[in-house]
Amino acid sequence: MKKENRIEVSGLQKSFAGKEVLRGVDLEIPVGTSLVIIGGSGSGKSVLLKHILGLLRADAGSIKIDGEEISKFSRRQRKHVDQRIGMLFQNGALFDSMPVWKNVAFAQIQANNLSAEEARQIAKDSLAMVELGEDILDLFPAALSGGTHKRIGLARAISYRPDIIFFDEPTTGLDPIMTDVINHLIVQCVKELGATTMTITHDMSSVRAIADKTALLYKGQIIWHGYRDELETADNPYLRQFMLGLPEGPIEVEGAVA
Amino acid sequence: MGYIAIIGRFVLEFFAASGRLSLFTWHSTAAVFAPPVYLREIIRQVIFIGYFSLPVVALTSFFTGGVLALQIYYGGNQLNSEAIVSTIVALGITRELGPVLGGLMVAGRVSAAIAAEIGTMRVTEQIDALTTLSTDPFKYLVAPRLIAATLCMPVLAFFADIIGVMGGFVVGTQSLDFNSAIYVQRTVNFLELDDITSGLIKAAVFGFIIALMGCYHGYNSRGGAQGVGRATTNAVVTASILILMANYIMTSLFFTA
Repeated sequence: MKKENRIEVSGLQKSFAGKEVLRGVDLEIPVGTSLVIIGGSGSGKSVLLKHILGLLRADAGSIKIDGEEISKFSRRQRKHVDQRIGMLFQNGALFDSMPVWKNVAFAQIQANNLSAEEARQIAKDSLAMVELGEDILDLFPAALSGGTHKRIGLARAISYRPDIIFFDEPTTGLDPIMTDVINHLIVQCVKELGATTMTITHDMSSVRAIADKTALLYKGQIIWHGYRDELETADNPYLRQFMLGLPEGPIEVEGAVA
Repeated sequence: MGYIAIIGRFVLEFFAASGRLSLFTWHSTAAVFAPPVYLREIIRQVIFIGYFSLPVVALTSFFTGGVLALQIYYGGNQLNSEAIVSTIVALGITRELGPVLGGLMVAGRVSAAIAAEIGTMRVTEQIDALTTLSTDPFKYLVAPRLIAATLCMPVLAFFADIIGVMGGFVVGTQSLDFNSAIYVQRTVNFLELDDITSGLIKAAVFGFIIALMGCYHGYNSRGGAQGVGRATTNAVVTASILILMANYIMTSLFFTA
């Protein structure tokens, strides 16, 4: 039986100063599915994500979550949607001025006016899910490594048990061991929460570890999509070039001399 | 044709920037009056903007009062009117120099710091993170800074008034041989409540400008560390210019009737 779509994007278009960045993106993410969007730098991955998060407004097209059109919603109108969404930013985007426990429990502190003790308990539980101990609760982000930032960012994203989670380049800038750790944690947390996820990356090890389905974005359009198993066998020339990291092929390399 | 295009582009950019600033001011002011109120953030900003600016404002004001006394004395000496030193120092400090110089000093310190902090939050996606965590950045970041600066600047200006007049008093009595009792009497006799309140009202407006410019340039910064640096510079420059412009407008309103 076909699962219902949790997220549906259709005909999404966006231009900046006359330059088309999204040129009619269509995608569907069924409930409980992990979609990974791959694509080179400047292909429009982050812009697509920012539209779904409501950080940018589309020129045309629609974005639906559980069938509800949200692309025209104001921040206040989409509050009930935001409360279901967790987001791991590329570099963690932890708040420099706050210790770890406040960072992790930030959403609950704001929404429920929690006491410090309650917030610390939430932070402890979420940090445990990403295999971090309570010894870092009172540290500030400046004292922590990039890998730990990502894990705390993940703890913050799952702290209010969202059923939709977005990951923006979750392994960028990490060494191979930490990349594997983050991929493992993402899979584990998503499984535990039963969440629907969308990940943006150009790291193929993440794709193989995280994805149920994959889509390739090139010049603002989805030019291939399929299940993870199909990645190795698909004969799409764009996909092959991207996966093998070849400089020559249908994908134009940014800044290359023609 | 080239010149016309350049002028046209400049005019369009000017109106576009004015529109962006007006919208930002509207959103920011609306955020000040809309719940929730982030009291802890306001207190944090009061300490940063008010308490930590006090030494800078006090030193500036003390030496300005002293210099003012010296200059008025030497100028007045040529017209045999040295006696006006205390009166002019008091009026000059309370009406103009206390709030304006205090405002400029705080603009240098606070606008830059606000722009750098919010600008860094912008380029490291912390502001996007706030938004996705259902927190309005205008209410959480901008409103507390506007409230704190608007409340703190009159208090700082009041201290600047007292310390500036004291600076004039110290130089007048220690260096220019004025009788201290007469100096104080002339200060008190010619100083009216309106002189002080007009300065404090000006200071509140300057506080709003200082925080607004810091927040505006920080919030709109782009392009990594270089963008944050540019935002910091622009915040200080625009805050300083707007303070001087607002001072002229308010002086015209308060003292021409």
